[in-house]
Amino acid sequence: MSKFGRPSDIPLWANFVLVPLINLTLAFMVSGLVVLAIGENPIEAVGWLLRGAFGNQEFIGYTLYYTTNLIFTGLAVAVAFHCGLFNIGGEGQAYIGGLGVGLVCLYLDFLPFGLIVPVAILGGALFGAAWAYVPAYLQATRGSHIVITTIMFNFIAASLMVYLMVNVLIRPGQQSPESRPFDENATLWSMHEMLGWVGIEIARSPLNASFLWALICGFLVYLFIWRTRWGYEIRTAGQNQRAAVYGGISPARNIVLAVSISGALAGFVGLNEIMGVQQRLLLNFTAGYGFTGIAVALMGRNHPVGIVLAALLFGALYQGGAELAFEIPTITRDMVVVIQGLVILFAGALENMLRPQIESLFRRGGPADANAQAE
Amino acid sequence: MYDLKPADGAGGELSAPPPAAIELVGINKHFGPVHANRDISMTVPRGTIHGIIGENGAGKSTLMSILYGFYQADSGEIRVNGEQRLIRTPNDAIHMGIGMVHQHFMLVEPFTVLENVILGSEGGSLLHAGEARAREELAHLEAEYNLDVSPDAVVADLPVGLQQRVEILKALFRGADTLILDEPTGVLTPQEADQLFRILDTLRTQGKTVILITHKLREIMAITDNVSVMRAGQMVANVATRDTSREQLAELMVGRKVLLRVDKGPANPGRPVLQVGNLNMVDRRGVSRVKDVSFQVRAGEIVGIAGVSGNGQSELLSAIAGTIRARSGEIAVNGTNIKVGQGVDAHDMRELGLAHVPEDRIHEGLVTTFAANECTILGYHDDPAYNKGLLLDRTAILNTCEGQMGGYDVRPPNPLLKAANFSGGNQQKLIVAREMERDPDLLLVGQPTRGVDIGAIEFIHRRLIAMRDAGKAILLVSVELDEVMSLSDRILVMFDGAIVGEVAQADADERTLGLMMAGIRPDEASTSTGGTPGGTSPA
Repeated sequence: MSKFGRPSDIPLWANFVLVPLINLTLAFMVSGLVVLAIGENPIEAVGWLLRGAFGNQEFIGYTLYYTTNLIFTGLAVAVAFHCGLFNIGGEGQAYIGGLGVGLVCLYLDFLPFGLIVPVAILGGALFGAAWAYVPAYLQATRGSHIVITTIMFNFIAASLMVYLMVNVLIRPGQQSPESRPFDENATLWSMHEMLGWVGIEIARSPLNASFLWALICGFLVYLFIWRTRWGYEIRTAGQNQRAAVYGGISPARNIVLAVSISGALAGFVGLNEIMGVQQRLLLNFTAGYGFTGIAVALMGRNHPVGIVLAALLFGALYQGGAELAFEIPTITRDMVVVIQGLVILFAGALENMLRPQIESLFRRGGPADANAQAE
Repeated sequence: MYDLKPADGAGGELSAPPPAAIELVGINKHFGPVHANRDISMTVPRGTIHGIIGENGAGKSTLMSILYGFYQADSGEIRVNGEQRLIRTPNDAIHMGIGMVHQHFMLVEPFTVLENVILGSEGGSLLHAGEARAREELAHLEAEYNLDVSPDAVVADLPVGLQQRVEILKALFRGADTLILDEPTGVLTPQEADQLFRILDTLRTQGKTVILITHKLREIMAITDNVSVMRAGQMVANVATRDTSREQLAELMVGRKVLLRVDKGPANPGRPVLQVGNLNMVDRRGVSRVKDVSFQVRAGEIVGIAGVSGNGQSELLSAIAGTIRARSGEIAVNGTNIKVGQGVDAHDMRELGLAHVPEDRIHEGLVTTFAANECTILGYHDDPAYNKGLLLDRTAILNTCEGQMGGYDVRPPNPLLKAANFSGGNQQKLIVAREMERDPDLLLVGQPTRGVDIGAIEFIHRRLIAMRDAGKAILLVSVELDEVMSLSDRILVMFDGAIVGEVAQADADERTLGLMMAGIRPDEASTSTGGTPGGTSPA
């Protein structure tokens, strides 16, 4: 029905600011009702949530540490999305990417620090990309739906990691499936260390140099997607495959390229978790960041700026939620997960729920239209 | 060719005129700042065929969407059979006896005719009883309106002309007294169009009312009783067809005098630029789409390919452009042979000096979600002129886009506007500008003016002639016979994937071409002039 008059789009600010804000407000209103239902004061709960996320340097550090992971996975989802693909496999790609980082830190720790960081970055990127490459290749050449294959690859990644940690990489002579701790040389600087060098004292937190790398990645993704001919090809293939073919752009090649980059970005979660925080290889360090990244990308409108902001919001929810559960015992951890779930539901899954109404508000807007609505 | 005169007296010369079938009074509709319909009033008497013409964006479709319940008017009223009615949804419209036949059919292709007709009015959860009733009703309708279609035929197997009949039957089955037809002849051969007009004539004599949206002035003159002309959201004329002329209507539509014929001198063909030999193309389902096609296009001439859409012209054009793969044969551009059947893509073909205005501008020529300037580099994004190191050179791209918008009168001349937000004609100009400004030796043009308004058609035609006169080779594919006849120096006619024959422009007339488009070779055609070609439709 494309023929019938096409209304103009809503302004950018409404798309990027108003719609997410309204969704967020709705999410918090429903969360407030849930908190009321269990007999607590929602205002007080919000207070603890905010204080828990931003109340002191340590809390801020934790918030940003969570944010780092979510920027990586959010960017990962966004890059694939620009090629028209839904990469649900961020979780598995992060897992395998972390394996890549871990292997570099375990076996190449004789390298000087100045070299081991780029090699670890490369390791995470390559392993993550390789894990994404297989579903991408199958999608591009065989049409196997990438949503299905990436989900399955999450499970394969989990099983593979269990096998490797239990049978191969486990530190000899111990029960817990963890590798030996990395050499001091093969760990990332934490933020309090780095700031300490320039004379700024901040509280200790897991926040480390990978946060800066996440911001750099955001900028690079922006340049790549919007300012290079390769990004142009990916977007063309994602928006309109026939136009891509017409323009001499191979959709298959771009699917593989975009999803591989997507996997590489997800793999960087390993930099933060493995090289930065845990400083050893272990199980389950991805903790659902790959999935939350989908909500982050949706809420951030697949733009790096939006993704950083959305990642900050979800990071604050992770950290503030933990503090909230600690301060108000009746609001258990599970309740916090419910609140996070509601935000994901409204900001992510129901992202387009109110859009038609908001768009029609913008489309009308004249005095004549007040009548039209009154009819 | 269209010899069906409106039946005298059918237009309501009864003593006490019954209420009009449809009456629109003071309809207004805004989309944001755009006043799409401004105080539109129109009366369609019962039992008449009423034409609505206007350029793209004139508001015809909006008006019909309001009548059919897709939109609601901001103000104004709709009267059906004299009663004021509120039409909120297409369902309301159907209940009031208004039916619509869309330009692109809304049929479920793997279903039979009967199944399609009862779709949405099955009458119960078990099909059997409903089907039996529907079969009876359908036979009755077909007899009454001369709409022969086998109820058990699968729609996908039917030629387009018959599919359209199914759409009409669907509307009648739902009790339509007023039928809206949106550009119904775009997909038909002249003969099929004739048949359609005979059907419409029957409908009119049986007392049905028909509203015909078209941009073909010839059809308006041939079949309608009254005609409404829209321009820029306003109704500029409501006239009886017999009191007007094509020239006058064209002028009313555009608001100025229009040249309906293309002015051009004789061609000066030079060296062959495109040579195609025994080209074969087989589609995914294994159906042969292009069969042993051979021809050449020389510098300085326009070769037109006529044919009913779906007879291989699109595939031929795409195969030459490199967007689909041919199976065998030869293609040579500027003397360079292309390895047919191997991985030659559109990019490789462009490097040989080919440019391509694709048939489907929305799905192929543009990325509608991109800004205009991003569409300007589609296919040429690797050009060093558009790149500065690793990054795209935005200044250069914006300047190029702005320059092309100026040179081709694209409105609004805003390189940052989304491609989707330009009108069809301006979208087409964006593509034509992009491809022509590369100064190619060979230009492939598919449906250059489909859904484009008259002013833009004139402009694009003049540009094509200018390119030809500059010594470029042009291959034109169009389903508009008028267009092929007036632009081409030579005309090839395709039917069922093969070239049926070639006609020089001077020898081309609608009848000859029409017969060839139905698969009858020119030699056969001359011997069978006594028969009625209208009775056959391509299988």
